[in-house]
Parts: sequence; structure tokens; C-alpha cells
Amino acid sequence: MSANRDIAILGVGMHPWGKWGRNFVDYGVVAARAALADAGVHWRDVRFVSGAATIRNGYPGQVAGATFAQALGWQGAQVNTSYAACASGSQALAAARSKILSGECEVALVIGADTTPKGFLKPQPGDRPDDPDWVRFRIGITNPTYFALYARRRMASYGDTLEDFAAVKVKNAAHGLSNENARYRKAFSAADVAASPMVADPLRLMDICATSDGAAAIIVSSVDYARRIGKAGAPRIAAISTVTPSFASALVEMPDIATDSAIAAPAQSFRAALPKKAYEEAGIGPEDVSVAEVYDLSTALELDWIEDLQLCARGDAAKLLRAGETQVGGRIPVNPSGGLACFGEAVPAQALAQVCELTWQLRGQAGERQVANATVGITANQGLFGHGSSVIVKR
Amino acid sequence: MSDVNPKTASVPALDGWFTLDCERPQLLGNRCAACGTVYFPKLKSGYCRNPDCDGEAFEETALSRTGTLWSYTNAAYQPPEPFAQVDKDAFKPFAIAAVELEAEKMIVLGPIVNGTGVEQLKVGMRMELALEPLADGKLTWKWKVAA
Repeated sequence: MSANRDIAILGVGMHPWGKWGRNFVDYGVVAARAALADAGVHWRDVRFVSGAATIRNGYPGQVAGATFAQALGWQGAQVNTSYAACASGSQALAAARSKILSGECEVALVIGADTTPKGFLKPQPGDRPDDPDWVRFRIGITNPTYFALYARRRMASYGDTLEDFAAVKVKNAAHGLSNENARYRKAFSAADVAASPMVADPLRLMDICATSDGAAAIIVSSVDYARRIGKAGAPRIAAISTVTPSFASALVEMPDIATDSAIAAPAQSFRAALPKKAYEEAGIGPEDVSVAEVYDLSTALELDWIEDLQLCARGDAAKLLRAGETQVGGRIPVNPSGGLACFGEAVPAQALAQVCELTWQLRGQAGERQVANATVGITANQGLFGHGSSVIVKR
Repeated sequence: MSDVNPKTASVPALDGWFTLDCERPQLLGNRCAACGTVYFPKLKSGYCRNPDCDGEAFEETALSRTGTLWSYTNAAYQPPEPFAQVDKDAFKPFAIAAVELEAEKMIVLGPIVNGTGVEQLKVGMRMELALEPLADGKLTWKWKVAA
């Protein structure tokens, strides 16, 4: 794709992750105002509001672009709401890009915020044998089951160890220490991880991410607009991949009980397909990437993502980790923000938070966690029901 | 499990998902008559999900009873409902398997029978299907290490 398909990132803002117990709209306003201030753009100049949705906070339609637009003050902008589970933020970003590239607007606000409910995530009550989410809980299969199956498979296929998984947590905790938006800012040792309770063998509590409240917002514009307001050098979005899986699925994905049968079509990896499309769209290869923000729902999953992003050969991610190459200061730092290990997941905000971190990294504003000379960053995430995304940011 | 009512022990937790043959149970799926793709659970829409197949006819098929252990884990904490609950103190961790069926070219999850822990498992082992009751006495399919 040529450079005229790029859009500029004028401003980014976040509300710190945590368990604040307040309304998600409040977090969203804080993040949006921070992004507007960072961009130096007046709220009235934003002509498109693209909200990332979740259905968790009451009825569908509550967590929506319009909700944030009202809280910021109705000013007649066009509005959109995207639901795509963990990739909601990326789909909202893609909607803003389409509006901008089609010439329908010059400046857009992309926003996601969430207040997570207390306690376990569990299905709605009632017998629903046709609902795979109900069926898997009926026979005792929870979210950590899937992460643990993938982790154990890595151990058997590539020789990864429990120490490798713990080292991911130790690295990400060290990265997040100085990040004022992170929820958990505490150093962890391998011994701390090993001492935490086993949840789903081989994964312990400290291997698995929590759920959090939080908000992230991004002001994007046409490259021409950025130039006119003196921000020609602003980081740019070079690709947004939101492809679906391809039949037949290679992995049992939450909440399914089985893969597709690969009798008539070959088994294909969904995770690997997401960045592949992003690289093609950006005309950028994995060898050009300076920094990556990936969805570490578990420590072991970060290693899968590193291989899906083609930052090393399949099966070599633990070697990269052991050599210190994925920490800040290494060849290809992964999750300099601290990742989900330090944030916990705030579903509709998380994919945008990844882009916020890359923006700070590419501007050289990441402080103690700064990746030296970062020029290209990539995100990756995957959620329920065939949703996922990968975004490339460059300068 | 001696505390299970024998009258309910033959009632499946999921109707029509597996045969009730306690010796040699099989999972029940269906197969697209056009492209041969097997579905478990059964595809009920009537439209094959293979993007290159227009198949709309399906026949019930019993899945292979044995496969290869692709990966495994356990539930160290009691899963939430609708998993049949027991008192917190009575809950015992149970193992869970992902088993690859060679003929169907698919991986199927399931709990592993009581008494087999993760320390007894190894990726690549032969596994076979079994039936065992959940805490409410209703039967589910489980995997066990093949004899």
C-alpha cells in the first residue's frame, strides 16, 4: 500500500488502569481530554467519534461512541460504534481511517473505556446447550484452560519451561514499573511467580492476566491536516488488520469445544494471519519492526505472538527471551508498556492502549521504558468469536 | 461414585452429544455429504461452513473413539456454574485433555476421568473416550489414557 493510505496520530491519552469502581464514561472523558490536549485540537474540530464497544456494562448500545460524545459535549459530529471483543478498539480505528481516507472528515476521536464487573467471568444463567460458552463451562472448561493447553503444547513442541513463562512476567513487570498508566507497578521475581497458586497446570496465577478498568483515546487525522497544523512528523498508522480466521481452525479457540475438521480444507492459524495482513498492507516486513505490543493474556501466549509476528522462527521465542532480546535494550523489545501483565485487560480500551504505547515509543516520550530509535511498531491481539487485530505504526 | 443415584447416572448432561454405551462410548457429530467435513458438536444450521462448499445435507456420524493427546491441563479451582458445584472443601482438581482425532483431523476437548492427574500425562499418549458422571450425577464424555 502506498503512503497516501496513511493517517496521522495527532494525540493519545489514557486513564490509568485499575479497579476504580467508577463509571466507564468518566474514564473515557479523562482519556479523550488528554488526547485532545496532546493533539492541540479543539473538541469542536473533531467531526467523527468512533467508539469501541463492549456489552458488559448493561444493555448493548450503552458503551458507545455517542455516550462519550455526549459526555464531552454534543457538537454534531458523526458517530460510530464498533464491537469486536478484544479488537473493538482496532475496528473503531479502522472506521475512523475509512472516514478520513474517503474525505468525509479530517479529524476523528477513537475511544474505548470499560468498568469490569466483580468476580469470575461466567455465562448467563439458564440451560443453553446450543451455546458453546455454556457447554464448555458445563463440563468444567474455563478461560485459563485454553491458555494452559497452548502453554503445555509449547513445552512439548519446543522445550519451553516454567522458568521461561515466569521470565516473561518478570520482564513485563520490570517494563511496567515506570508506567504511570499501569495498574500493577511492582517488580516480580521468578520465585514470586513459582510461589503463586496453580490455576491451570502449567500456568499459575501470576502467569495469567487480570481484568481492569481503564480508558484509551486517540486523535487521528489526514496526513494533510497534520501537515497544516505543523505536525507533519507525527507517527502514522500504516496498517490495520482485522481479518477473520480462515476455515479450518488450527487451534481450539475459546469458547469452542473442538477445532474445525481439516478434512476438506487445511488447518490454518488465526493468530499468524492477523500480522501477516498488516505487513502486506503496510509494505513493511518483520525485520523492520523496532517494538511490539502483544496480547499477553498469559505469559506463554506472549511467546506464541512473537512467533506469529515473525520476529523469530517458529519455536524460537523462548530463546529470544532467554537472550534478553525482548526486553527494553534488546533487539526487539516486546510489551515495553508492561503488557497485560501490568495492566490487566480492559476489553474495549486495550487495543487502543497498545497504539498509545507505540505512539509514545515512536515519539521518544516513553521515559524509562523507551526503546531506542523506535521507528516501526506493531500490535497484535485476539478475542472471542473470531475477532482479532494487528496495527502497524511508523514514523 | 457411590453417592450417585443410579436412576440419573444414565442421563446425559448434553442430549445427543454422545452414545450412552458405557463400555465403548462415541461422540456424535455430523458430516457434510458434499465435502466430508465433520462437525462436533453437530452443525445445526444446515449450511456447511467450508467456504468452498455449498453442502446442505448432513448425516449423523460417530467420531473415532481414540486419538492422540495434543495437550493437557487441569482445573485447580472449581469452575463456575453451570459446572455442577460441590462444597469448596470437597472439590478435587481434575485434568483436562485436548485430543487429536486423526481420521476427523480435529482436536476435541474434554475432562479426563477421575483419578488421572497431570503428572500421569504426556503429550502424544493414546487416549480413548469414556463416560463419567459430573457432581450432579449427569453423564459427560471424558478422556482416559488408552488401555
